[in-house]
Amino acid sequence: MEKLLEILNEIDDEIDYENEEGLIDDALLDSLSIISLVAQIENEFDIEISPVDLVPDNFNSMKRMIEMIKRLQED
Amino acid sequence: MSYISFEYLLIFLPMVILLYTIVARKYRYLILLLASYIFFMIYSDNLVIVLLITTLSIYLSGRLLEKNQIEYKNKTIDKTAYQKKRKKIVTILIIANLAIIGLFKYYNFFSLNINRGFSFIGSPLNLASLNLVMPIGISFYTMQGISYVIDVYRGKIKAEHNFLKLALFQSFFPTIVEGPIVAYSDMEKKLSQNHDITYNNLCFGIQRIVWGIFKNMVIADRLNMLVRTVFNNYNNYSGIVIIVAAIAYTFQLYMNFYGTIDVSIGVAKIFDIELTENFKQPFFSKTTLEFWQRWHITLGTWFKEYVFYSVSLSKFSKNLNKKMKNRFGKYYGSLIPVGIALLAVWLCNGLWHGAKWSYIFFGLYYFGLIMLGKICEPIVSKVTTLLKIDRKSRFYSCFQSVKLLIIVFIGELFFRADSFLVGVKMFLSIFRGFSFKVIYDGTLLNIGLEREDFVVVILALLLVLWVSYKNEKGYDLYLGISNLKLPYRWFIYYGMILVIVIFGAYGVGYLTPELIYAGF
Repeated sequence: MEKLLEILNEIDDEIDYENEEGLIDDALLDSLSIISLVAQIENEFDIEISPVDLVPDNFNSMKRMIEMIKRLQED
Repeated sequence: MSYISFEYLLIFLPMVILLYTIVARKYRYLILLLASYIFFMIYSDNLVIVLLITTLSIYLSGRLLEKNQIEYKNKTIDKTAYQKKRKKIVTILIIANLAIIGLFKYYNFFSLNINRGFSFIGSPLNLASLNLVMPIGISFYTMQGISYVIDVYRGKIKAEHNFLKLALFQSFFPTIVEGPIVAYSDMEKKLSQNHDITYNNLCFGIQRIVWGIFKNMVIADRLNMLVRTVFNNYNNYSGIVIIVAAIAYTFQLYMNFYGTIDVSIGVAKIFDIELTENFKQPFFSKTTLEFWQRWHITLGTWFKEYVFYSVSLSKFSKNLNKKMKNRFGKYYGSLIPVGIALLAVWLCNGLWHGAKWSYIFFGLYYFGLIMLGKICEPIVSKVTTLLKIDRKSRFYSCFQSVKLLIIVFIGELFFRADSFLVGVKMFLSIFRGFSFKVIYDGTLLNIGLEREDFVVVILALLLVLWVSYKNEKGYDLYLGISNLKLPYRWFIYYGMILVIVIFGAYGVGYLTPELIYAGF
């Protein structure tokens, strides 16, 4: 959780990630930010994120991102 | 038979509605399919075979991918063979379909440039040019077809077993000419739900169609007179006239395309089929990137899903990302692989519009601007902090809006110009002979539009602006109108039709309206 928050804050530290639930739907993170985010998540959590995982639902909130990371770690 | 025509709206569509209503419910989607193929053949006649080949190829690819997956699940093949075969299927499908579109749309452009290249290095080559007519909607249905197969490959959707359903997805008559480009995951159930035509959907659909006709006939077709006069005789004009023509073309294109999409969405709505919106108040954007997230949304989404993500999440891109971060730091390091992916997107975007250098420049122009914005972001952030400029203030927003409008107008000037060189000439002529005198000496009234035309266009654009403002604030105007009491509601409907009849740019002295995006 803390690691992810650190990564997210590096991308944009003006967003309240812990409470925000529409990071993609409300256009707080654009596709360019997502690519930076994906690269850092992959490095930090040793997972591989494919284009099929790049759906708004997986990135709309920190909670959803953590769920995706856990799922990919189990795969 | 254009979407904005008597034949389409008052003969073809009512006949489809009638047939759709009288056949047994489970066969209704077949009526839509039949209507779609008839519509296609009215435009492209025997070229229906090209559409059938594409449809058959994506159907078979989907089924092969499915068969391959079953074999892997049943452990008749190992993981390496499974992945290799899947990639092979998708690659062949993409190459085959790009070859088809390449032949019809790009062959002459490439053969001409290859001939020129060889002639330049002193060994002449003479690739013959082909006189081929493009099947209608090839740029749209090819993209839909490719997206279907990639989605099956990525496991996002299951392969369709019913060929006729897939054929309807590829040929659906309200969308085949200009989109919106839809995904099978979104359309699969909607296209074959076979719902009844209800009074509400009919009203919503007709409202949207009328609004689309208004944008096309009152604004776009009127502006067309000015645009054609200046762009076809660009040598005779300079300064403010060129600026006015660039602005007029931008709004002509916007109203023509958005209006046609309104008609498509309205027609589909009659059959209770919701299509994806293609525009979201683009002129309220603050940055170039935001503009493209609101303009021709479905094309942007397609490029994002199937080009941008594919390139930026490739192994090459990920390795480059790591290397560049170590060398240039986190921010600038990650910009390099993103830049490569964006370059691919914007080259495709330019080429998608057609085989012309001016379209390629148009794509590269936006690529350059988006990258420049990203590269300068840390500097802009520091400077604004130093100068204590609030980037959320109204003043800064106005500055951003004006900057964006200038960027868009310049882009559209090149987009509309007959060639890249003509675009450069027209752009440079803005600074040559620039004089404010043309605003009041009557010059502007001699470029295709009279004073009354300007008044009608400006008032109509103000109405569109007001509706856009309401939409931006989250107010659904269509719902608002349908909630009005019956006399008010019909007053608006009849009023709008009357406005189109009185102020529509048609008849003697006007040119036959064309659907600009149908040519792409």
